[in-house]
Amino acid sequence: MRTKLHLPKDRVDYARQLAQRITAPVAAFIDNHSSVTVERASLRLAGADGANADGVPVANLVVDQIRAADPALLEDGALRRYVNALVKTGEGVDGLNAKLAQGFDLMSLALGEPAAIEDKAAQLVEASASRIKDNRAHRDRKLEEFRDRNSKPLLYLIVATGNIYEDVKQAKAAAEQGADVIAVIRTTAQSLLDYVPFGPTTEGFGGTYATQENFRIMRAALDEVCEKQKRYILLTNYASGLCMPEIAAMGALERLDMMLNDSMYGILFRDINMYRTFVDQKFSRMINAYAGIIINTGEDNYLTTSDAFEKAYTVLASQFLNEQFGFRAGLPAKLQGLGHAFEMDPTIKNGFLYELSQAQMAREIFPEHPLKYMPPTKFMSGDVFKGYAMNTLFNFVSKATNQGIHLLGMLTEAVHTPFMMDRYLAVENAKYVMNSMEDFYDDVEFRKDGIIVRRAHDVLTQTINFMEEVEAIGMFDSIERGLFAEVKRPKDGGKGFEGLIKKGPGYFNPFEDYLARELGLS
Amino acid sequence: MHVIRPYGDTMDDGKVQLSFTLPVPDGARGREAARKLVLSWGFKDCEVVHSAPLSAEYSFYVAYGKTEASVDYDAVVADEASADASMSMDEVNEFIRRELGRKVVIVGACTGFDAHTVGIDAIMNMKGYNHHYGLERYSDMDAYNLGAQVPNEKLIDYALKVKADAVLISQVVTQKDTHIHNMTEFIELLEAKGLRERFICVAGGPRIGNKLAVELGFDVGFGRGTYADDVATFIVKRLAEKKKA
Repeated sequence: MRTKLHLPKDRVDYARQLAQRITAPVAAFIDNHSSVTVERASLRLAGADGANADGVPVANLVVDQIRAADPALLEDGALRRYVNALVKTGEGVDGLNAKLAQGFDLMSLALGEPAAIEDKAAQLVEASASRIKDNRAHRDRKLEEFRDRNSKPLLYLIVATGNIYEDVKQAKAAAEQGADVIAVIRTTAQSLLDYVPFGPTTEGFGGTYATQENFRIMRAALDEVCEKQKRYILLTNYASGLCMPEIAAMGALERLDMMLNDSMYGILFRDINMYRTFVDQKFSRMINAYAGIIINTGEDNYLTTSDAFEKAYTVLASQFLNEQFGFRAGLPAKLQGLGHAFEMDPTIKNGFLYELSQAQMAREIFPEHPLKYMPPTKFMSGDVFKGYAMNTLFNFVSKATNQGIHLLGMLTEAVHTPFMMDRYLAVENAKYVMNSMEDFYDDVEFRKDGIIVRRAHDVLTQTINFMEEVEAIGMFDSIERGLFAEVKRPKDGGKGFEGLIKKGPGYFNPFEDYLARELGLS
Repeated sequence: MHVIRPYGDTMDDGKVQLSFTLPVPDGARGREAARKLVLSWGFKDCEVVHSAPLSAEYSFYVAYGKTEASVDYDAVVADEASADASMSMDEVNEFIRRELGRKVVIVGACTGFDAHTVGIDAIMNMKGYNHHYGLERYSDMDAYNLGAQVPNEKLIDYALKVKADAVLISQVVTQKDTHIHNMTEFIELLEAKGLRERFICVAGGPRIGNKLAVELGFDVGFGRGTYADDVATFIVKRLAEKKKA
């Protein structure tokens, strides 16, 4: 890739080093901790599925039983007790799950020989690893079979009816219209549930519950479309929230291809405790990495909360931090869909040049990353015609700067959840723009002293200044003082803090050990 | 009487632009079905100018119709809370100093499960929206934006704690009428605690009208296109009225 912005390499390298140094103390904290959802994710990978009559998932029942017997026991991890119950009862996972759902208390069983538990656990690790490897191989095979059939950038559309069966209809139509990626947006507030609901669901508000069964239903439907359209359709869901690693685990088991996963979104925009989120994001990203799932980070949220022109540097800083947290979880650059958005006030003079500059800067600084580019939302209004024009410019910037994942803007963004025809119009717009300027990217250079180049240099400088401040203060204190997104989050405040677990000397989690080995982290 | 109809390019031609989806395949039969549908809505004339397949089973139409229906503009009354001329931020601050002589305290939140803070942020955050500063910027106000997914109980407790004059509730999600449920619950809670008269209650959101809000027991409702100035003007004027009463 030829540079168009001429960003000084030493400054970009320095910014990366800053991000490494900022994330190092956080990483040290993470390694000494687990959380209730990390334990539940491990249980789910082991096979703990199902729910009791009240809808409490088996994974939650196990963790709750251990905690009820003695809160300190969770320091050893939840796996030991679950596997012990398998060994002692002689049941398979399905049999044990059914017993647990009917009220069986696994703490009524004495802990058996460590060797027997470890052997059994190794078998469970092998079984789930093999299922995830098969999923990965299937995806690779299909991507190879349907090579060059997807748009570049990938066109990403959202469905959000609340009813998984209705979602399937909308998703199939969207894929037939040309979408490469289908995201099933979650119901409002699922990010704040400390459990993952069970089974197929038909009721949601502004979206559909992320459940393992819903994942399976949508995957099967899209696989049908893949064969018909001769194009691999990627399926996306949302991990950020109180159950990041569990949703990652479910996605790995059901062959999702992308996962919204931001290292700080939960803290800043959902008021989830910072320690909890940092611990959760790491394990979830390890699972994503092993499953070959592309993460999408949430930098667009900084721009809808603050001013996109003035706070452009917070996006670049967050991209650097998300990248380092990703690397620390074994996630390679090609699986890092770092986010950003086209959210500047449309009345700003030369706003288009600034958007182009920001997008090109992300492209040059993160060359291998499948950047996730988000459309205008904040300044969309009931004037759907103006909105359509704004989306056209957004499509132009995305193609001109070779973005990776392109979330299509809806002309009715400010009016309602998308009608089927709104998605069609969005795809038509994008296809027109992207086809008519296919090789524009290779054909243009920017003036070295022009507005676009100067803007990128300024934003990089502001980013470095900001990250120097964060490094001096420390990550946890920076969040507490409101340096990110202008919100202050106290260290021991926020949701889910009580679910943080300090790992004891006897901590047992063969899934974590396995992933760390496979990802080259240990 | 001032009779009006839509204007295309000639007075009273009644031309209307329409677009919609039908759950049938694209084709001549679909286009004819679209035309008949438009006529069945009372249009005197209809031209389907474009159709396209959305999938094997759905199709998209753009059509123009001609209507003879009209309204008497003189008899129209608007459902708008804000007077056409709201005060500016400086004028509001000046009004507070002159008429109230103390800071005005405002608490706002997006209540229930609603996670969309765009509305409350546009009204309350320092930066505001579209060059209209938010309430946090008003020197003579103390504004507290509690963010999203705040339970009604918690909002009321907070409002009592900071001795709020007004409480703002933002509701963006209206699927399955969750906004009605949330807004009703808020007012019922206040009434149960005997606190309804303690606060000026303001509702806002893209699909909240003044009429709906007042029916549900709020003092006022603000819809699309509202800025902080409009909300601030209403609150300080109402406070001044209350003070005199």
